[in-house]
Amino acid sequence: MSRRRFLAALGALALPGAARAQGIPAPRAPGASGASVAREIAYPAVRPGVRLTFPRDHGAHPAFRTEWWYATGWLRTARNEDLGFQVTFFRTRPPFDTDNPSAFAPRQLLLAHAALADAGLGRLRHDQRAARPALGLAGAEAGNTRVWIDDWTLALEGGTYRTRVAARGFSFELAMQAQRAPLLHGEGGASRKGRRAGEASHYYSRPAMAVQGRVERGGAEDTVSGVAWLDHEWSSTLMAPEAAGWDWIGVSLDDGGALMAFRMRGKDGTDYYAGGTWMQADGRVRGYGPQEVAFLPQRRWRSPRNGTEYPVALEVRLGETRWRIEPLMDDQELDSRASTGTIYWEGAVRASRLDAGEGARGGRGYLELTGYWRPLTL
Amino acid sequence: MLRLFLVLNARLALRSGRILLSVAGIALGVALGFAVHLINRAAADEFALAVRSVAGEADFEVRAGRAGFAESLYAVLSRLPGIAVASPVVEIEAAVDGGRGALKVLGLDSLRAAQVQTRLFADDPQRIFALLEPDAVLLSAQAAAAFSLGEGDRLALVVGLERVELRVAGVLPAETVRGRIALADIATAQWRLGRLGTLNRIDLRLAPGSDPAAMRARVEALLPSGAYVTRVETREEQGAKLSRAYRVNLSVLAMVALFTGGFLVFSAQALETARRRGEHGLLRVLGLTRGGVARLVLVEAAAIGVLGSAVGLALGYALASLALRTAGADLGAGMFRGVSAELRFPWLAGAVFFVVGVAIALAGALLPALDAARAAPARALRSGDDQRMFERLVSVWPGFALLAGGGLLTLPGPVQGIPLFGYAAIALILLGGILLMPRAAIAAFAWAGMPRSVPLGLALAQLRGAPGQAMVSLASIVASFALMVAMAIMVSSFRQSVDTWLNAVLPADYYFRTSHAGETVYVDAAFEARVRALPQVERLELQRSERLTLDPARPTVWLVARDMAGGGVNGGAKGGDPLLPVVGERYARKPGDPPPVWISEAMADLYGYAPGRRIELPLGGAPRAFVVEAVLRDYARQHGAVFIERAEYVRLTGDERANDGALWLRPGASTAELAAALRALPGGAQLDMADPGEIRKVSLSVFDRSFAVTYLLEAVAVLVGLFGLSSSLGAIVLARKREFGMLRHIGMTRGQIGAMLAAEGGLLAGFGAFAGLAVGWAIGLVLIHVVNRQSFNWSMELHLPWGLLAALSAVLVTLAVHTAWLSGREAMGMGPVRAVREDW
Repeated sequence: MSRRRFLAALGALALPGAARAQGIPAPRAPGASGASVAREIAYPAVRPGVRLTFPRDHGAHPAFRTEWWYATGWLRTARNEDLGFQVTFFRTRPPFDTDNPSAFAPRQLLLAHAALADAGLGRLRHDQRAARPALGLAGAEAGNTRVWIDDWTLALEGGTYRTRVAARGFSFELAMQAQRAPLLHGEGGASRKGRRAGEASHYYSRPAMAVQGRVERGGAEDTVSGVAWLDHEWSSTLMAPEAAGWDWIGVSLDDGGALMAFRMRGKDGTDYYAGGTWMQADGRVRGYGPQEVAFLPQRRWRSPRNGTEYPVALEVRLGETRWRIEPLMDDQELDSRASTGTIYWEGAVRASRLDAGEGARGGRGYLELTGYWRPLTL
Repeated sequence: MLRLFLVLNARLALRSGRILLSVAGIALGVALGFAVHLINRAAADEFALAVRSVAGEADFEVRAGRAGFAESLYAVLSRLPGIAVASPVVEIEAAVDGGRGALKVLGLDSLRAAQVQTRLFADDPQRIFALLEPDAVLLSAQAAAAFSLGEGDRLALVVGLERVELRVAGVLPAETVRGRIALADIATAQWRLGRLGTLNRIDLRLAPGSDPAAMRARVEALLPSGAYVTRVETREEQGAKLSRAYRVNLSVLAMVALFTGGFLVFSAQALETARRRGEHGLLRVLGLTRGGVARLVLVEAAAIGVLGSAVGLALGYALASLALRTAGADLGAGMFRGVSAELRFPWLAGAVFFVVGVAIALAGALLPALDAARAAPARALRSGDDQRMFERLVSVWPGFALLAGGGLLTLPGPVQGIPLFGYAAIALILLGGILLMPRAAIAAFAWAGMPRSVPLGLALAQLRGAPGQAMVSLASIVASFALMVAMAIMVSSFRQSVDTWLNAVLPADYYFRTSHAGETVYVDAAFEARVRALPQVERLELQRSERLTLDPARPTVWLVARDMAGGGVNGGAKGGDPLLPVVGERYARKPGDPPPVWISEAMADLYGYAPGRRIELPLGGAPRAFVVEAVLRDYARQHGAVFIERAEYVRLTGDERANDGALWLRPGASTAELAAALRALPGGAQLDMADPGEIRKVSLSVFDRSFAVTYLLEAVAVLVGLFGLSSSLGAIVLARKREFGMLRHIGMTRGQIGAMLAAEGGLLAGFGAFAGLAVGWAIGLVLIHVVNRQSFNWSMELHLPWGLLAALSAVLVTLAVHTAWLSGREAMGMGPVRAVREDW
């Protein structure tokens, strides 16, 4: 669901209409000398009723405009330190194409992002990679999950997602074991993201995975274990123009269930759209529509670096359930202006049940808060 | 004491004209030296900045010439442990349509480059993505200004003979990248500029903690032939080396001007101390010590130095900014294409030049000061004792020793490409020549018979009897005239040699070229066939040029593949040379020898190649063996060229393209018809065409332009020298007022005295011109065979510009005669009685 970096990056790629206004030539008969022929891309739409099949849909969908594999989780070291981790691979298909036979022709782009939340440090360690799939140095395979940029990888082997990240100041190598079938959001994995038809994405999660591996921070290595969550989402539409940003949570519940909720915040301050999914331990899944999901800020944290305020503690309501969300640490702000032009908050959180209904009493997951620094502009 | 001061002040006022001249001499020297330094620095800074701004923070760069290497190398290096980032680049000097010159296209993978050349994208990360759009380019501010392009405009390049249009997606801020640069996506560059599948540069950043030397060795082991590892620092140095010899030459010229300025101070102060012997004697009697007298002279010289240096710094700065604005940082020599320099006032260098100016003024006054101090007060108070300074200079041994030393210094080779010993030889020869002058002059005048004409006889007698004063003038004449003659001989020899060479290398009736702008323009085999099929064409010879890097620390050399008239390398003795004059002997090829190459003199000098030597050249991605057949004179490519037969080149590389063509007309056809026919061919409009006459004219005008500064500096040096001559002559005459009074008393007319003075001036200048010619000829030889050869690696034939030398000599003698005569008239303004009585 964390589309923000990806979208912000993509926003820089001129849309087909804008591109024409800027002077990309309209398609021409081949052989016309001078300028090359650029074609507009017709992206496939997300339609409800399309059945997801696995493992095929674990793989990349290169025809769609955007796609991401987004793994987050809580890790505990042998010394009982709690760490949050996040690694994301984005794939994007730029909105233009030419006949360029160059191996470097940018028909697909890959971006990766990794972060480590460490309460001992008090802020995030993070790093990123970007590349085009040229000469095998980066790629996203169809058929099953395997994405990589140089030595950063994420792949599904058997029932285990393996990821390896070697970044500035930290690195990790983790194995996440998926114990359940994919949790499909929306209508069979077609998740509405806005009020218009077509503002939607194919979206499923792999919640509550047991994770094991190694984490290295500043040269010191730890063996870790914990619980992880993976989202895989693909779409061809951008964020609705009315939206300024979004809040999202994905929580692996202590009883083996899972909770996902998001809201798109309108530029006018109201909620533009919302949705959520609650899977109980026994596998029962309930989806929630825009009217049934609410995010209520409980405590704000102000960034000492840029003054942005984030509601780092929230109460999230899905139907009649109420969940209290508390961060692992307040400062999990990410400044990625240098790569994607924005600042946002993304971090490890604890969830605890506030209402007295049946089911899980709490869990651990990730919270994403975007558009608080400035509205995301696409 | 106050009174003394007033007296001195009064003298100072009288002498203000000569002081002004001395100040002007120092000022000119400092100004020229400072201006040359400023221009050099601006150019070098700008070049380094330009290199740095596109190189970024790479630890190493892997580079290769135009042909480049397969892009798979990038994947290999990228995966190498220890490499943090590898950024692939296609770097091409591309021709801009419409004959508007070239710009450097940097085809980058912006996603990778952002990690190596952070400054290209740091201020606006959106650029990373803007560059990915089809046909998008981002122009440097300089490129946008040079080609009058802005965002949304089309940048039209020429590839092959076709127009390729790219879209200007934006203009980079001026500080982001220097020079005429267009950034493009690597895929765009590969496709649109015809470089699919290849790269010619990979920037590497090492992972923290990896050993640079070990990594370098590991990378080098993976490179194909023709590719090499270099560092940004090396490239900066290489850029500086490109023009270093030229810049050093200019600096030496500025030093000559400064030296002349010092000489002016010397002649002025020498005369002044001679005239003020009495004054100094009086001061000594009044209690001033010897050191005090010396200090008095030196303080005056220092004042001249301070004033001259201050004026010189200001003048130099103005001169440099004017030159940079009008001629560019290379002063018209065409070395820093597309680089525009910015001028700042360097305080440290300014201080150094200031001190040098003062020091030279002091050095010029040192001998006169010591002389003034040495004089015994009693003798000095008497008149008529003012000829002692040169007593110690009449021994011939120091002069001969210096000349011999100068001769010996012509033997060693250059120091780091700079003919340091050659310059030292020139200095010694000049000094030696000057030191020999008094004795030579005395001998010459003694040897001359006494003429019947009274004024002439008196003049000769004067020069024989009291040569001391005149020697100062003579030395200044010889110094400046010898330098002028040397430069004239060198430039004229060079120009004549270039002219002869041009005639030899342009035997065809008509020429076309594509190599005038960038590396992207060429004619292909289809075009070649079309040209051969033209009814006007009897014969066509094509040439392909490419840059080779044989040594990453040196500038690239040219590889020129040429169609050869004799029909081939293996065709026996008359294989045919590549149309350039052979220098020295030729190697007789033996059976089993590899194919021949011809090399330019620069290759012979810089790389030590000689006829018969087997060499390896990276061609077509592999090292190929060749044998050097002969050394050729090539004035077109300063840093070296290797010529091979084109058929051989095509065989080894498969590259059938060509850059330049020479055409022979069929009988009855005209060049105008041929030109029209060529232009009518598809793509023919992109060719630059000319007949041999035009090429000669353009080449010689380029030659003249690059020597423009030399001419200017030379003219200034001469002017300073002539000023010195006239001032010292004038001073001598003024000092002899009493003598003129006496001569008038014994019956000589004013006219006769004037004639006598004119004869003195003429004799002096005539002898000076003769000696200057001799010394200048010797220095000219050093310039031609040592300095020029070692600086530019070009040999040339000696050619004496007799007409010019005769005219210069005539001007010199006329000026001397005129000055002497005019000063005489002034000196005889007062009556003879007063003149005789004036005894100070």
